[in-house]
Amino acid sequence: MSVRVNQVAEEQHPMEKLLRMDRIPHIWCPTCGLGTTVTALATALDQLDLDLDHVAIVSGIGCTGRVAGYTKLDSFHTTHGRAIPFAVGLHIARPDLKVIVFSGDGDLISIGGNHFIHTARRNVDLTVICVNNFIYAMTGGQVAPTTPITARSATSPYGNYEHPFNLPLLAASSGAVYVARWTALHIRRLTAAIKEAITKPGFSFVEVIAPCSTLYARLNKLGSGLDLMKFYHDHSVIRHGADLTEIDIDYQANLVVGKFVDIEKPTYLDCLNEGNKRAFGDKYKAYGVDHGNE
Amino acid sequence: MKADPKNVLTGSHYLDGNHACAEGAIAAGCKFFAGYPITPSTEIAERVSRRFPLIGGVFIQMEDELASMAAILGASSGGAKSMSCTSGPGFSLMMENFGLGMMLETPCVLVNVQRGGPSTGLPTLPGQADMMQARWGSHGDYEVIALAPDSPQETFELAVHAFNLSEKYRMPVLIMTDECVGHMTEKVVIPPADEIELTERRYTDKKPGEAWPYEEGEDGIAPLLPVGKGYKFHITGLTHDHRGYPIINAEAQHQNVRHLIDKVTRHADDIIWLQEDQVDGAEIVVMAYGISSRVVQPAIARARKEGLKVGLVKMVTVWPFCEKRVRELAAKVKALIMVEMNFGQVFREMDRCSAGKCRTYLVGHAGGTVHNPEDIYKTIKEAAK
Repeated sequence: MSVRVNQVAEEQHPMEKLLRMDRIPHIWCPTCGLGTTVTALATALDQLDLDLDHVAIVSGIGCTGRVAGYTKLDSFHTTHGRAIPFAVGLHIARPDLKVIVFSGDGDLISIGGNHFIHTARRNVDLTVICVNNFIYAMTGGQVAPTTPITARSATSPYGNYEHPFNLPLLAASSGAVYVARWTALHIRRLTAAIKEAITKPGFSFVEVIAPCSTLYARLNKLGSGLDLMKFYHDHSVIRHGADLTEIDIDYQANLVVGKFVDIEKPTYLDCLNEGNKRAFGDKYKAYGVDHGNE
Repeated sequence: MKADPKNVLTGSHYLDGNHACAEGAIAAGCKFFAGYPITPSTEIAERVSRRFPLIGGVFIQMEDELASMAAILGASSGGAKSMSCTSGPGFSLMMENFGLGMMLETPCVLVNVQRGGPSTGLPTLPGQADMMQARWGSHGDYEVIALAPDSPQETFELAVHAFNLSEKYRMPVLIMTDECVGHMTEKVVIPPADEIELTERRYTDKKPGEAWPYEEGEDGIAPLLPVGKGYKFHITGLTHDHRGYPIINAEAQHQNVRHLIDKVTRHADDIIWLQEDQVDGAEIVVMAYGISSRVVQPAIARARKEGLKVGLVKMVTVWPFCEKRVRELAAKVKALIMVEMNFGQVFREMDRCSAGKCRTYLVGHAGGTVHNPEDIYKTIKEAAK
């Protein structure tokens, strides 16, 4: 047995170049969906063959908020809900970088909801990956704006009665140019979606339905993380280009996943340059073209 | 390092304090401004939005003040000198990410054109009642730098100075002006670019893989790591060690917070800037900052005419507080008088530092207008008894 352990220890983790190995073990629970989601991100970055010096990641607060801390990139762990506006500033200062926002549903959509819709409206060139576990996990399992109706949480002990957000509909109607939803089970498709989102100029949004076995599954007696993955397997319906008004998530009902939006639209910086060119003509020097060439 | 001539509107101008503030920031090399409209600060954002396109800067009007403050931290992390401006209610919203800026140690400048509060208060009239919010407004323990200009000319100069301090000490710096100075129009002389000294950002001289984001130099300040250069660093609003990694225990908390406090207190003599007038030999010293330091002048002149020995300490730097100087003065003078548009926010600091060695007086009011010099004169007479 001890021989086997030593052999494992000598092998390099396949994701080592993208993970801060000096911060492992991470804080996430066994069977949490974040492990596979981070693997999907790391695989996507690896397959895209990007210069990792030019990729930055920004997180807010919560379980998913810890992703930035484990990712071996220039990485920023900000305040609750404010990852997106921080990333907006970073992107504008360094338009030559790929800036990825990786955070949870409570962070991005509840406390950060206003920033989410306005940044989508402006079509700022960011990739936003939202891990949706239907609950506030870091603080102990409270109701979220994504909690399905009737699901129990620490603050909806008799079952949630508020309408949850439909995140792809919210993103698309706010102006996102790329919108997809997958679960933590769909690793290959999720990886492909993250690759497309990173490559896409403009505000791209990937929702990842992920199991929280410690809180969401326990409070709702849904079994283990593995049981939730089995549920995703049995109840996910792939419907690319689905009518977004029909993909609400009901409690333990079928989950519509797929790529819903993939359109072309000028980004925030394209519009800024176009607007200033219109106003100043040749006197105006396009912003962002020299960045990274210093 | 000198200012870039293409940013500097050298010459003699007729500007209000808010426009002068924008020109000072631009002269200092500000290239990113995120803000949200709020009276009486909005002219700063308006001028920046007009000036930026042709000098390579980006102005963005964010969805709120929370986002504005977060965005300037992101932009500064990306290497752009960054700034926002606001007033009372917006200042309250910015406190969240002001604290993040303190914890991340991100250079940037935040201007509060103070109006009367609390809440919506007096949007169009002056106040100086955000001084303690400037000092303690975000949760937790830290030291701030806050400057208070008394004129459009000084607003220009302090905007440049605020950027320099923010780069030198790697932290957000506050300009605590007020509606009166912000909307007062006077002559502003902007010097040639080569007469404007700028402090360059200090980046690490170590190679990627060898550098951490919070390795203090001998002066207690950690040079920044640039993004996009392969350092792959991590910074967090959580309590952290020199690597920027979260460490959740009392020892790390002590070291982290102590560092935030020490980097300012160790350099207090360099940061604190006082302008004194006839303080040597004075029996009574009037202290004031911002617009109030101008309003006191006729009262002091009148008292002096009557033979009273009255000195003036104009505090250009309000925070960190000029504790050492107040202790020295308290041992020599009969009375110290604080004049401010609030009910004793900075007065209490003066009173504390005087340690009972002299009498202390507050000439305060709730804001909405500047002081009547008569009230200040009466207090000087009272103190002279």
